[in-house]
Formats: sequence, C-alpha cells, structure tokens
Amino acid sequence: MKRFVLFLPLIFFIGLGAFLYKGLFLNPKAMPSALEGQPVPAFKLLTVTKGDRVVTNADLVGEYYLLNVWATWCAACKAEHPYLLDIARSGVSIYGVNYKDDMVAANEWLTRYQDPYQFSAFDVDGLFGLNLGVYGAPETFLVDHHGIIRLRYAGVVDTRSWKVRFMPLIEDIKREIAASNM
Amino acid sequence: MKLWIIVVTSLLMFLSANTVAGSVDTYQFSKPEYEARFHNLNKILRCPKCQNQNLADSNSMISQDLRKEVYRMMEEGRSDEQIVEFMVMRYGDFVLYKPKVDNTTYFLWYGPIGFGVFGFIVLGVVVIRQRGKLMDENNAKEGDQLSQQEQRALDKILNRNK
Repeated sequence: MKRFVLFLPLIFFIGLGAFLYKGLFLNPKAMPSALEGQPVPAFKLLTVTKGDRVVTNADLVGEYYLLNVWATWCAACKAEHPYLLDIARSGVSIYGVNYKDDMVAANEWLTRYQDPYQFSAFDVDGLFGLNLGVYGAPETFLVDHHGIIRLRYAGVVDTRSWKVRFMPLIEDIKREIAASNM
Repeated sequence: MKLWIIVVTSLLMFLSANTVAGSVDTYQFSKPEYEARFHNLNKILRCPKCQNQNLADSNSMISQDLRKEVYRMMEEGRSDEQIVEFMVMRYGDFVLYKPKVDNTTYFLWYGPIGFGVFGFIVLGVVVIRQRGKLMDENNAKEGDQLSQQEQRALDKILNRNK
C-alpha cells in the first residue's frame, strides 16, 4: 500500500501528460457555434440576381435546406462552388448569402460558374452575416423544417465534410419529420 | 554596402509606418466616456477570425465590422453588458478573452487553487509525520537505556574483543 502511494505522483503526471498531449492535436480553430439550435436570425434583403426582389425568412422553405455564405472575393468559395452545384442537382435547396460583396461581380460569378442557389440574399454590409455569427466565407448552415439551425460549418464543403458532418444530421431531420407525420 | 543597408532600413520603416496608419479607423463619440468604454470593449473582445488577437489588435474584416457594431450599439446607449451579450449570442464564449465562470470552466478557474491546496495538505501531512517520527525517536532514546545487567553484559563483550 505504502509503495502504491509513492507511485501516485507518477500516475498523476502520466495522466496529465496524456491529456495535454491530446490537446496538441485539437483544432484551435474549431469554434463552438453559438447559433446551433437557434432559429435563423431575421433578415430582409435584396437578392443578387434580381436587384429589386426583397427576401425575408418567409422565403426560406423546405424540409431542410442549406444557407451558404459566399463572396466573389473568397477564393475558397470558388473551390466549393462545383460541389454546391452537385448538391443542388441532387435536390437539396441551397440559399445563398452573398456576404459583403459587389452586386455586379456577384452576378458575373453566378453567370460564369452557374447558380446553385434558390436565391442569394445580398448582404452588402454584412449585418445578416454578423447576426449569423459568420466570421469569414465560406460558411454553410444546415437548417431544419422548423427553421432551426442544426449545423454551422465553417470552411469548404466537399464530399468528405458532406458525408461526415451534413448527411447524419439530414438523416436525423428526415426521421424527425417522418415521426411527426405518424 | 552601408548605403544599401540604410536604403533597405528606411524602406522598411516607411512600409511599416504605412501599415500602422492604415489600421486606424476613426470614430466620433457623442460622449467623452464612450471612447474609454469603446477601447475597453475592444480589448476584452476577441477577434473570431484570428486566434490570439482582440478586436483592437486585429485589422481583419470581421474585426472592423465588429468594432463598428460596438460603436453603433454604444451610441444607441446600450450598456457594456448588453454589447458583450450581443457578441456572445453570435460568436459564443470564444469572443471573450476572460472565460466565464460556469460548469465547463470551473476546473480552469479553481483547478490551480485546488492543486495549491492539495499540495499544502500533502506537505502538511509529510511534515507532521516526520515530526511525529522524530519525537518517537527521542522518546525511544530515553526509554532505551540499558539496564545495569545489560550494560555489564555489553561491557564484557566489548572487552573480550579488545
């Protein structure tokens, strides 16, 4: 027993070492999202493609949909764009939030690279983005049938992140809808 | 060679002076105390995009926007608490340089004090034990006097070996 007590500091030290070692490999940029589980903040904005059309939360419809924050000045958005087109083609509604951008440039972008969005809200001063807790682009939000944000994903959506981060939650939402219809 | 160094240094100085000047945005405060509060808030709020900079330090786009928001809300007459709450609602506890005291951070806040107290307890136990041992030894010395018979026996043995 006495011997065992002498080993306690060593055991404690190894435990602490393991804990801190693990910490070395955590992603320091992973930010807990404050808005997951919250409704989409209220907005009232013009769209990019039709300069006079006003859109609000009521225009976001679907069993589930994506809210994708993009801008023409954002290089990663370009990388993400083809994948968004694929997702849109597979039948998922994507709404764009054109974040702090230029309307002419944004329209050119959508013409040149095709438009995966139902519409893109023109958030020129970044206020809607700010209410969404956006700190850069691209960022993608998964919203459910109640208009609740289920996931905030900062970074490029690709096959891997779609499968790992989005798909399980979409399955959850589908199950919830099925359960509520019964 | 010397001239070359002077040219490069002055060029560098010029460039750095330029970037410093570029990062200053000016705000007109309607009340003089707003300015101090504004600077204080920019100090305690962390830039969400950058890892280790506060709003005052950072010149990223999001920091500029957030500074503008802080200014706007302050001019609207909102309190510091309300402004901080606004930021936490959107960006989470991440934006606070000083972590809140709650379930997830108790260990962070009180852990070091706990370790200190634990260390002192261990130290106290060790000291008391050692002191007890010393006392026992002293007591033992007094009680351990040989009886006359034993002393004679011992002397005999010692003498025999001489």
